[in-house]
Amino acid sequence: MFRAALKSLLGRKVRLLMSTFAIVIGVSFVVGTFVFSDTLSRSFTALVASGVGDVVVRPTDSNAANEPSTRTVDPGLVEAFGDVKGVARVDGNVRSAGVYVIGKDGKLIGGNGPPSFGANWTDAPAGHDLEGTAIIAGRAPEKADEVALDSRTASEAGYVIGQDVNLATATDRGALTAELVGIIGFPDGGSFNGATLAAFDTATAQDLFLDGQDAYTDIWVTAEPGTSQEDLAAAVAAELPDGVEAVPGDEVADEAATPIQEAVGFITTFLLIFAGISLVVGAFLIVNTFSILVAQRSRELALLRALGASKKQVNRSVLLEAFVLGLLGSTIGLGLGVLLAMGIRTLFAQFGLDLSGQPLIMAPRTVFAAYAVGVLVTMAAAFFPARRTTRIAPVQAMRDDVAMPVSSLRRRLLIGLVLLAAGGSALAAGLTGAVPRPGYFVGAGILAILLGVASASPVISYPLLAAAAWAYSKMFGSIGALAGQNSLRNPRRTTATSSALMIGLSLACTMAIVGDSAKASVDKTIEENFVADYIVSSLVGQPFSTGIGSEMAAVPGVQSVWAERFVYTQLDGEGQAIAAAEPAVMRDGLHVDLVDGDLADLGGDTVLLDEEYADDEGLGVGDDLEVGLADGPHTMRVVGVFAENPLLFSPIVTTTQTLIAAGHRDSDNFLIIDSDGRDGVKSALEAVVKDSPIVTVKDQEGLAAEQRKPIDQLVLMIFALLGLALLIAVLGIVNTLALSIIERTREIGLLRAIGVSRPQLRRMVTLESVVIAVLGAVLGVVLGIGFGIALMHALREEGLEVISVPFGQLVTFLVVSVVIGVLAAILPARRAAKLDVLRAIGAE
Amino acid sequence: MAITGVGDAAVAARVRDLRKTYGKGDAMVRALDGVTLELAAGEFTAIMGPSGSGKSTLMHCCAALDTATSGEVFIGDRELGGLKDKELTRLRRDEIGFVFQSFNLVPTLSARENIVLPQSIARRKPDPEWFDTVIDTVGIRDRLGHRPNQLSGGQQQRVAVARALVGRPTIVFADEPTGNLDSHSGAEVLDLLRRSARDHDQTVVMVTHDPVAASYTDRVVFLADGRVVDELRNPDRDSVLEVMVRVSAPVEV
Repeated sequence: MFRAALKSLLGRKVRLLMSTFAIVIGVSFVVGTFVFSDTLSRSFTALVASGVGDVVVRPTDSNAANEPSTRTVDPGLVEAFGDVKGVARVDGNVRSAGVYVIGKDGKLIGGNGPPSFGANWTDAPAGHDLEGTAIIAGRAPEKADEVALDSRTASEAGYVIGQDVNLATATDRGALTAELVGIIGFPDGGSFNGATLAAFDTATAQDLFLDGQDAYTDIWVTAEPGTSQEDLAAAVAAELPDGVEAVPGDEVADEAATPIQEAVGFITTFLLIFAGISLVVGAFLIVNTFSILVAQRSRELALLRALGASKKQVNRSVLLEAFVLGLLGSTIGLGLGVLLAMGIRTLFAQFGLDLSGQPLIMAPRTVFAAYAVGVLVTMAAAFFPARRTTRIAPVQAMRDDVAMPVSSLRRRLLIGLVLLAAGGSALAAGLTGAVPRPGYFVGAGILAILLGVASASPVISYPLLAAAAWAYSKMFGSIGALAGQNSLRNPRRTTATSSALMIGLSLACTMAIVGDSAKASVDKTIEENFVADYIVSSLVGQPFSTGIGSEMAAVPGVQSVWAERFVYTQLDGEGQAIAAAEPAVMRDGLHVDLVDGDLADLGGDTVLLDEEYADDEGLGVGDDLEVGLADGPHTMRVVGVFAENPLLFSPIVTTTQTLIAAGHRDSDNFLIIDSDGRDGVKSALEAVVKDSPIVTVKDQEGLAAEQRKPIDQLVLMIFALLGLALLIAVLGIVNTLALSIIERTREIGLLRAIGVSRPQLRRMVTLESVVIAVLGAVLGVVLGIGFGIALMHALREEGLEVISVPFGQLVTFLVVSVVIGVLAAILPARRAAKLDVLRAIGAE
Repeated sequence: MAITGVGDAAVAARVRDLRKTYGKGDAMVRALDGVTLELAAGEFTAIMGPSGSGKSTLMHCCAALDTATSGEVFIGDRELGGLKDKELTRLRRDEIGFVFQSFNLVPTLSARENIVLPQSIARRKPDPEWFDTVIDTVGIRDRLGHRPNQLSGGQQQRVAVARALVGRPTIVFADEPTGNLDSHSGAEVLDLLRRSARDHDQTVVMVTHDPVAASYTDRVVFLADGRVVDELRNPDRDSVLEVMVRVSAPVEV
C-alpha cells in the first residue's frame, strides 16, 4: 500500500509539482515574515547592547529614554576609576542626538525615524567585551574640523575620505563643516539600523555638545576578565560623588531597549499580524490545491478500494502522500522563506530601516511553524476530500462521470455565519473599548470575519458569479458563457481561490481608508487651527537653536515670533511630552484661555493642563504631578486648566525656565510667526535657516504636506508587504486554474475538436481567471471599506475625526484585480491551448 | 488492389496514398501504409478492421485531428496538407461534425447549448428550421433543457449526433458511436445516422468493429495493417462477418 502511494506520487509529475508548489509558497510566506520580524527585534537589542559598556557611570536619575541632557559627569572620575580593582579601562563619552549629515546633493541623510547621533570617538569595547564599532578606513578624528562617519551614512551622502562634510546640529552652532578622516563600521557585523553617527575628537565633541565644558555625558568602565558587571559597578560606586551613579551595562541596555522596542513594537506587531495573514492565506492555498487533487484522484482511489484495499488503507495512503509532500514542500519553503526575508529587508531599507549588516535569525519557532503549516495543513487538506471519496461505493466512483458527494453548502454557510457573528461582536467589543486589550479583539474579530466570509462565500458569492456568467455570455458569446459556467461549476473552488485575494485586498483597503482619513484629519486640523502666517519647525520634530527665533524676529515685516518647545518626560512610568513656552508668549501669542487658575501663578515646577486631559485624569488646580525630567523626578503643581488650544502640542504645559533648570537643553521646537503680509517675508525667513537644513519655514500648505508625508510612507510600506500577499493570491489562482485545466483535459480536447480556436480557448481561461480575481477584489474591497470605516469610527476620539474613503484608490484596486486575473491566466491558458487535441480527447 | 472509387457520385472527401508512421528504424510502425479512398457525398460509410488496422488513425487524419506523414487528404475540394492550426480549427468547426464513443458533451451546458455550441463559437445562428428537423430526427425535444448528467447514455449520444448534424457539415465522423451504449440505444443511434444520410443527404463516416453496426451502412471499407483490403456495398451482418474473418487471418508471406 505504501509503495502504491509513493508510486502514485511519483507517477504524475505535474501534479506533484503543483501540490508541492502550493506548500512551498505557503510555507515560505510564513517563514519570510517570521525570520524578518525576529531579525528586526534582535537587531534593535543588538544595537542597544553594542552601545553600552560594562558599567556606565552617569548622572543619577537620568534615564536612557530621556532626551540627551546637559547634565554631565566630572572628567576627574576617569582618573579615579583607573585604580579600582577589576577595572581594565575607563573611557569618557560625549554624546548627543540631532547631529545630521547633509549629503553632497544638499539633502539630509536619515532623519526619519532612526536617530542621528554625534559623539566623541572612542574605541572602548561594549559590554561583555563585544567589539562594537571600529575605524575601518582612514583614522580617528584628532582635532577640530575632523570627523568620522559610519560607513553607510558616508556612502549614502557620497563623501569619501579627505572631503569636507556638511553637518547640521540642533545646537547653537547650527551648521558646520569638517574633513572626513575616517569611516566607522562593524568589523564583526552589525549595523546602526539606519541611525547615523558622526564622531569627533573629545575636545571638539565637548565644544559642540557641552558648550565647551570639560565634562562627559557618561563614562564607560570596562571590566577585566573575570570581573562581573555587578561587582565592578559596586567597586566603582565607592568612588562616586553625589549625583552620579554606576549602573551595570546590562541594566542600562534593558532600560534603553524597552522604549526602543516599544517604538518599533508596532512594526513587530504589524509583522506578526502579517505572519498570521500569511499563515491563513498559505493554508488556503494548500487546502484548495489538495482538495482539487484528491477529487481528481477519486477514480484511482476507488480502483484501490475495488482491488481490496480497506477504507483505512486508502486514507492512510493519502495521508502518507500528504506527509511526504508536506515535508518536502516545507523544507524547500523554509529555504525560500529566507530569500523572502531578504526581500523584505531590502524593502524596509527603502524606508530607512537598514538591517543589511544583521544576520537573519532563524528561530526554532520559525522552523516549527514552517513544518506545522506545511505538514499538518497539507495532511488535513488531503484527508477530508479523501474521506469523502471512500464513503461512496468503489464501483460508482470508477464510473466515467462520477458525481462526488458534496457536503451540503448549508453547513458552510452556517459555519460562515457563526464566524461572522462572532467576529462582528469581537470587533465591536474591541472598537468600543469595552474589553481589556481591545487590540486583540479587533484583530481576532477581523480574522473571524474574513474566515467567515471565506466559508460562506460559495453561497453568498453565487449571485455575483451568476451575474458574471450572464454578463460574460452577453459580452463574449458562447466562449463567455463557457467561462461563466466553469466558474459556477464548482463555486466552492472558485470562491476558495478568490478568498486569498479577498484577504489581501480587504486589508489593503482598510489601510487605504485609514491612511486617507488620517491625512484628511491632518488637513482639517491644520486648516482650522493654523492661525499664524508661518510655522518654523524641524523636519523630524528635533529641537533647534533659540538663535533662529531671535534672528527671525529681526526680519522686516515680521510682527511677532512665538517660541514653543517640548521635551519627553516620564509620567507614571510612561513617556509623556510636555510643552513649554514663556508665560508672556502663552498669553499674547498662543492666546491660552484659562478656565481655572491664573497664568500669573505659572513659574518654576508648575504646570497648566488641558481641560479634557484634566477631566480624564481627574486632576485640577492644586493637585501635584510626579514628572521625570532630565535630572530626576520633579513634583509639579497644577496652577491652571486651559481650554483646548491648537497651538499647544501637549496637554501638559510648563515654563521654558523650568525645563532649562532641570537640565534640558535650551532650544526651540516650534516658532509661530505673524507677519504684516508684505512680500518676501517667507524668503527672508528661509534665508535665516539656510544653513540649518533640518529647520524649515512652512505656510499652511507646507505644514499639511509635511505632516501627510509620514502617513503616506507608512501606508506605502504596508502596501508593499500586502503586495506580497497579493502575489501569493495570484499564484493561488494560477495553481487552481492549471489544475482545473488538467481536470478538464478531455473537455478541452472536445472543444478544440468541434472548432474552438486556440485564441478562443485562451480567452475562455482568461475570463475564468478574471471572474475569480474580480470576485476576490469585490469582496475584499467591500470588507475593507467596512473594516476601515469601523476602525476610523473607533479612532474618532483620538483626533482622527474625518472618515475619508479614497474611492479612486479602491477603483484602482478593482482594476488591478482584473489585471491580476489576466496575468494569472497566462500560463494555464497557454497550457490549455497547447493540448494535443487527440490525446486530450482520449485522456481519462 | 481493392476498389476504392465511388464512380460518378460527388465526392465529399478523399485521401490519396496516405501514409502515417510512428517511431524509427526497427521500432517503426506503419499505421497507414498507402491508403487511397473516396467517400461519396450522401453516403453512410463504415470503416472496419481488426485492432491496429489503422482505422482510427485514418479517421483522425480525415477529420483534421491528426496529420499524416505523407499523402493527401481532401475535404470537399480543400487539401488539408499545409493548412495552419487556425485554418484546421475553422475547417473542423464548419466542415466536419464529430460523434465520439464517450459522448464528450460539455457538462456545464444544457443539451440545447451543447448542440448549438459549434455555431455559437463561430457566432452564427443555426437555421431554426433545420434545427427543428434535427431535433425531431434525434428525438430529444423534451430533453433540450437538461444537462448531460441528467441524460441517459443513449440520450447523450443522440445530443452528440444532433451537435454534429446541426451545422450541416460536409462530412460527419463517428468513432465507435455505439461502443458505450446498450444494444437498444445503439440501434437508435445507428438508425439516426442512417436516416441522416438517406433523408438529408448527409455524408457520414463511422469507425466500428461491430458487424451489426456496419450492417446499417451503405458501404463498408475494410482495413488491415494500414491498407484498404476489401470493400462491401449494401452489407448485411453475415457478409461483413465473412469478410472480417478473412481479413483478420494472418497474412502469409
